[in-house]
Order: sequence, then C-alpha cells, then structure tokens
Amino acid sequence: MFPLLKIRYYDVSLKLVAVTYDKDRHEIHFGGKQQRLPRKRQTTSASERKRTDSLDAFDDIKPKSEVTTNDLKARLLKRMRERKEGKASRSRSPSPKKPFGESSSSGGFGKLKDSAEKADEKTKKPETSLDRLKRRLQARKRKEKNPDADGNESDLESIAQSETSILAMLRSVRKGAKYQRALSASSPIFPGSGLNEDQLVWQDAAQKWGAAELGPFSAEWDAKCHYPIDVIKSSAEQGFLGLYTSEDVGGMGLSRLETSIVVEALSEHCVPTTAMMTIHNMVSWMIDVNGTPEQREEYCPRLTSGEIIGSYCLTEPGSGSDASALATTCVRDGDDYVLNGSKCFISGAGVHDLYAVMVRTDPATKGPKGISCVLIPKDTPGLSFGADETKMGWKSHPTKVLIMENCRVPVSNLLGVEGKGFNIAMSGLNGGRVNIASCSLGGAQKAMLAAKEHLGVRKAFGKTLDSQQYLQYKMAELATQLVTSRLMVRHAAAAIDQKDPAAASLCAMAKLHATDNCSEVANGCLQMFGGYGYLKDYPCEQIVRDLRVHSILEGANEVMRLIISRQLLSE
Amino acid sequence: MVRVAVGVKRVIDYAVKIRVKPDGSGVVKDSVKHSMNPFCEIAVEEAVRLKEKKIAKEIVAFTIGPKQCSETLRTALAMGCDRGVHVNVPQLDALTPLQISKMSAKIAETEAADLLIMGKLAIDGDYGQTAAMTAAILDWPQATNLYSLQHNGDNATVEREIDGGLETNEIKTPAVLSVDLRINQPRYATLPNIMKAKKKKVKALKPADLGVDVAPTLTVVKIAEPPTREAGEIVEDVDALIGKLKDAGRI
Repeated sequence: MFPLLKIRYYDVSLKLVAVTYDKDRHEIHFGGKQQRLPRKRQTTSASERKRTDSLDAFDDIKPKSEVTTNDLKARLLKRMRERKEGKASRSRSPSPKKPFGESSSSGGFGKLKDSAEKADEKTKKPETSLDRLKRRLQARKRKEKNPDADGNESDLESIAQSETSILAMLRSVRKGAKYQRALSASSPIFPGSGLNEDQLVWQDAAQKWGAAELGPFSAEWDAKCHYPIDVIKSSAEQGFLGLYTSEDVGGMGLSRLETSIVVEALSEHCVPTTAMMTIHNMVSWMIDVNGTPEQREEYCPRLTSGEIIGSYCLTEPGSGSDASALATTCVRDGDDYVLNGSKCFISGAGVHDLYAVMVRTDPATKGPKGISCVLIPKDTPGLSFGADETKMGWKSHPTKVLIMENCRVPVSNLLGVEGKGFNIAMSGLNGGRVNIASCSLGGAQKAMLAAKEHLGVRKAFGKTLDSQQYLQYKMAELATQLVTSRLMVRHAAAAIDQKDPAAASLCAMAKLHATDNCSEVANGCLQMFGGYGYLKDYPCEQIVRDLRVHSILEGANEVMRLIISRQLLSE
Repeated sequence: MVRVAVGVKRVIDYAVKIRVKPDGSGVVKDSVKHSMNPFCEIAVEEAVRLKEKKIAKEIVAFTIGPKQCSETLRTALAMGCDRGVHVNVPQLDALTPLQISKMSAKIAETEAADLLIMGKLAIDGDYGQTAAMTAAILDWPQATNLYSLQHNGDNATVEREIDGGLETNEIKTPAVLSVDLRINQPRYATLPNIMKAKKKKVKALKPADLGVDVAPTLTVVKIAEPPTREAGEIVEDVDALIGKLKDAGRI
C-alpha cells in the first residue's frame, strides 16, 4: 500500500504513465524507469495504516486475492481519467473482480490486509442493486412530492446520489408520470368542470391516490404482465372497492355520477387496474342489490374491504354478443347445484376469490328466461382455470378460461331467483358500461395531456409543433371528442341515478360513443408524438392498446347499436 | 393529554406551472388549482399521529383566508382533525406573517391548545416566519424545522434539521412546532373519511373577533419571473477564470 502513496503524490498531473508491478522483486516501474520500493512492509505503523484506510483513492484496493499487473494499470488509468473528468467520488464499495494483489511473500501485507478488512467491515456492506434502486425510488418520491423545497439536505447520501435520482426522474417523465401537471379550470378538457364542491373533493382524492399508487407503475405492470392485486386490495381503505355498494355492508354509497368521476380520475393513471376495480365493484353491487340478507352479510363486507375480489362471468366460447344463448348447465341435485360448462375471457380468473357466473338452470327454455346467476368461490371442487391469454392490452390482468366440471355449489349460492339471472346480469352491465366508458375517458385524458406537453416542446421547421395550424386544429377536434364523451358518460350515469326509463339505452350510447371516440383520441395523440409515440418509453402506445378492448367488452359496440335502435324505433 | 392546534394554508397546487400576470402585480390565481400547502399536510399528519399514539386528545385545524379555504379545512378534517376554525379574510395576499402570527396566537389561546404545529413555510410566500413569530407573541418555546418529534405528554424531544445536520432538543409544552419535509409521509384523505369530515364542526371567525387589524402593511412593488439562464463560458485555465471573476467584480 505504501508504494502507491508515492504514485499519488508524484503523478498528480494526470499524465498517462505506464506502470508495471514486478511481483517477485516487489518493484514498480514507471514508464520503464525502475524504482525500488522501500522494504517497509513489515513495520507499517498504526498511523500509516489508518491513513491508508481513510484515503478515498484506495477505496477498492483491498488485499484480498490475486490481481494482475494489467488490472492494476487499468484501474489507475481509469481513476486518473475520472479525476480529470471531475466525476463524483465513488462510494466505498469493494469490487470483487478487481482487488489489490496479495504477494505470496507478504508478512507485513497480511497484517495490513487484516486491519484494512476489519475497518471496511465496520463501515459499509457492499451496496446491492436493490439498495441503489431503493435510494433512487426514495429520492424520486421526495422530488415528486416537493420539487420546489430546497430543504436542508441533511441526507448526504441523497446528495451524492442526486445524479441517479434526477436520471430516474427524467426516465419517469418520459414514461408519463409527470404529465399530471395540475390543469387549470380554464382548460376545455378540465375534468372538474360542472362539478360541485363535493364531487371535486372526491375527484381530487382519487387523483392523488392514483398518481401515487398507480401512475408510476402502470408501464412496468404492463411490460411484466404483473397483476397488482396487492395494490387493488390496498385501495379498499380508500373506499374504491365498494363505490356504489350500500354503506351498511361497507360500501361508500356513492351515486353513479360520483362513481364515474372517481373511476375517470383513477383511470387517468392506470386503465387496466381501474377497469379491474370497476368489475369488482359491479359484482359487489350485484350481490348487494339482489342477494338475500345472508348472502349480503357473507360476501359484501368481504368484497368491499378487499378481503375477497370478485369476477363477472357471462361470456362463453360459444356465445359472446348472443349472451342469452349461453349453454353452461346447472342441474339441481338435492341441496346442491351441479354446473358443467366453460366461460372464457374472464378477467382475474385464477386469482380472484369469488365468481358470479351466469348459468342455464332451465334447459327447456332457450333464451334469457332460463338463466340464473350463481356465486362460486375459487376453491370449489370442479372449478378449474385455463392458461393465461396473451393479449394486446390490459396485459397486467390474468384472463383465463373458467372450466366447470361437475362443479358443486350449495343452492344458497344462487343469487336472486331462478330465471332472473339474465336481468341481474344486464342490470349490472348498465353500470358496468358507464364504468368502462369512464375508464376510456381517463386514458384519453392522459394521452391528451401528454400530447399537449409534447407539442410545446418538440420543434420542427423552426418552431414548436403547437404553432402548426393543422396540429392545433387536430388537438381541438380531439379535445371536442373527449369532452363530448365525458358529457355523455356523466349524463348516462345521472340517468341511472334518477332511474330514468331510458337509462339502458343512454348507457349503451355512452359506452358506444366514449369508447370509440376515446380510442380515436388516444390514437390521434400517439400520432402527435411521431416516431416517439410508437415507443414504449412514451405513454400513448400503452393507452391505445389498453383502450382498444373497451369497444369490445361489456357489450360490443355493435350490440350497443342494437340496444339503442331497438329502444329508439319501438317508440 | 394535549390539545393540538394545526395551522393550514390554501396555496396554489405545487404541480401547477406558475405564471406571472402581464402587469407584474402578482401571479395568475384565477381558475388555477389550489390545494393544501404540502408542509401543512405534513403538520396535520404529525398531529394525527400524536392522536393515534393517544398523546393528543383533540386536534383543531385552523385556516385563515377567503371562503374557498373551507375545502382545505375539509381536507384537514378528512385526514383526522376533530374540528376546524376558519378565519374569513377575503384577501390573503395582503396579509403579512406578523398579522397571521397574531391571529394564530389568539386562536391557540382561545382554543386552549398545548401544542401549535405548523408547516415550516408556505410554498407561495416562502417566508418561513410564521411559526417563530407566533411563538414570540405567545411567549412559548419553539422548535422549528423538525425532523422528528417524540412527545411524552409533558415534554417533547425533537430533532431539528440544521445546516450541519440534526440537532436534538428537549422542549417543554406548551410550545410552537414547525415541521420540515422528512418528518413523515402524509396519509391520503380516504373517501370514507372525507364523508365523515362533512359532519365535523367548523367555527367561522372574523379578524376583528381576534382583535387583529388586517389593513395591508406591505405593498408589492413588482413580481417578475426569474431571469432566464444564459449560456456559460468555458475558460482555459484557473488564471483566466480568476481574471474573468475580477472583471465581473465578483472578487
């Protein structure tokens, strides 16, 4: 160790010097010149050892195992280059690949090594990548929370790592986490326009929670196809798992309009997770309204508290839009029902705990009047699941086939009355359509905000994109599509609240209009980004993929036209 | 068990891009999103934690400002405060920290508070004076820029963030405390709590009731954006750098 001290002091002018270490003769040769090293190894005093231990330049030079002269040379050159470029001093992390050499003839070195290692063990454990990630996330959270506070940065670690945290923040900006700058009320796409004080408070609460718990992770969940069931369950304490379920079973008892506002605010941060929460909400409401007191007491509190999560199962491999032609049989056998059949495209299948399944209890009656709704818990014998479908969007959910092979459930699991299942299913779907339409609104809003920011930044032909008339007009058109969708959805939600007799067709209109238009908005915003819009680094492509399915599920938009025209032309 | 009073302020939301009015008289505030000052959220969270530890028996949140401040007060109630006090002042911008401190001191006295917790500063004024001034007016001990707070019912052991690091102090109650960023992470106002907050009582007051004169004592001469950053210059060596600094009159 002592010889290297000499290098430091003599070669501080940062020249490139060829250094070779002759192990046998214990000599270092500078640029060909020989220099004999003093044989002081045996008597390294405590003060010298201490000095060596504290020198930053020798952080990762620990006499642990063999090292070649080339390694030593390379490391010295690298350090000189770094000092020249003025990089921050590296942390004291011993790199196992490049330790200092231990001469086989080391008597004194042995002593030095022991003391150096002991000192090092006392100070710091080697930093794992997990620690670095944690530090970066903490720094990012702190920055996002209060970017203007200079604060007293008593956290010296965070100062030293400020580079990495700023980079992490920039990366999250590109992924869309920062696009939720607070919109002013004078913006035409301000989601709070026309809302009263209470509704604004709920919207704000949902926005805050979504921005913190959903927004930063949405892209990661999509990329890894990770289902954030723990985040969904944690949303229960915010009240998001029983929004329009009655208060006496643990729900929030909000109106459909308020639910739509909350769902829209949440889906601005993550569309698939919010959509899953709305499906759960639908199941919870169905049991609340149609269940016997025993069923309500057994299932609803657990659903609203997030202890169990529900799925809705109507579609079969043989019947999608023609829902009333479903073929799953349900035969009474003593005090049980025996179910046989399969359901497909079930979101949350395999993970969720309770399934509300539509089955045919009366095989003689074709059509809706022979259908009933049965609740099946996950671990019922005879219930199994297929493999995960690989989807275009909504990738964070598991979507599987549900298989019932002589699946036995007690008769008490029947929801409502036999033969009324289809009515229950359809009444649930009215709200479900408003919910899915609200999810589309949130996704489109996020895309619009991202595109708006991009247009102000990106330059072409000498000026920023937002001075190009075509793009200005295109954004105006997209904004109009977004706001008309929003109005339609809120009108339909209010119609359900007021028990409007035209509610079903209004909900169908809202779903048809909002899902199609918001998909167009998301696509248009993607186009604004140009080539960047096609990259996963930017939020638009995920929004486009996620919103595409909204025009298909909860009643395909073609069926919506059927519902509207039937009501319209029968008058 | 202590009674805690928490001061909250309604400010422009931290995420908003601030714009200066064209005439330089102030900042654009109409139809801009407002919310609770982040440091005030942290203060409320600290008070609520005291209540959860059964050290505080009641938390009174108070705010000074126009009628829209009732939203901010409702958020504080939704986070866990028990009741609120709203001092109606139509023009909050015209008030100085001294006037606010006088009002806060009066409220602390009338509500018989043992602890007065505030944020260390508000992100619009950035004064950072209110807590210290309030303590001086009340003649109570103060601990500002808190990093941690441990209260045992009579005294408090606090760590303060200072330039050199952390300073540990013991402070007797009643006292004024102001919290810094890292003391806690404020909770979300959950939907169920927001609904419960609607039923909590809010007292409405006027500055005259507190005996404070709110006539403006400060005039804002001009507000302007900070100058845009200009390009820097790369110098050859240390001598050139010193020369340039000398020319610019900096050294």
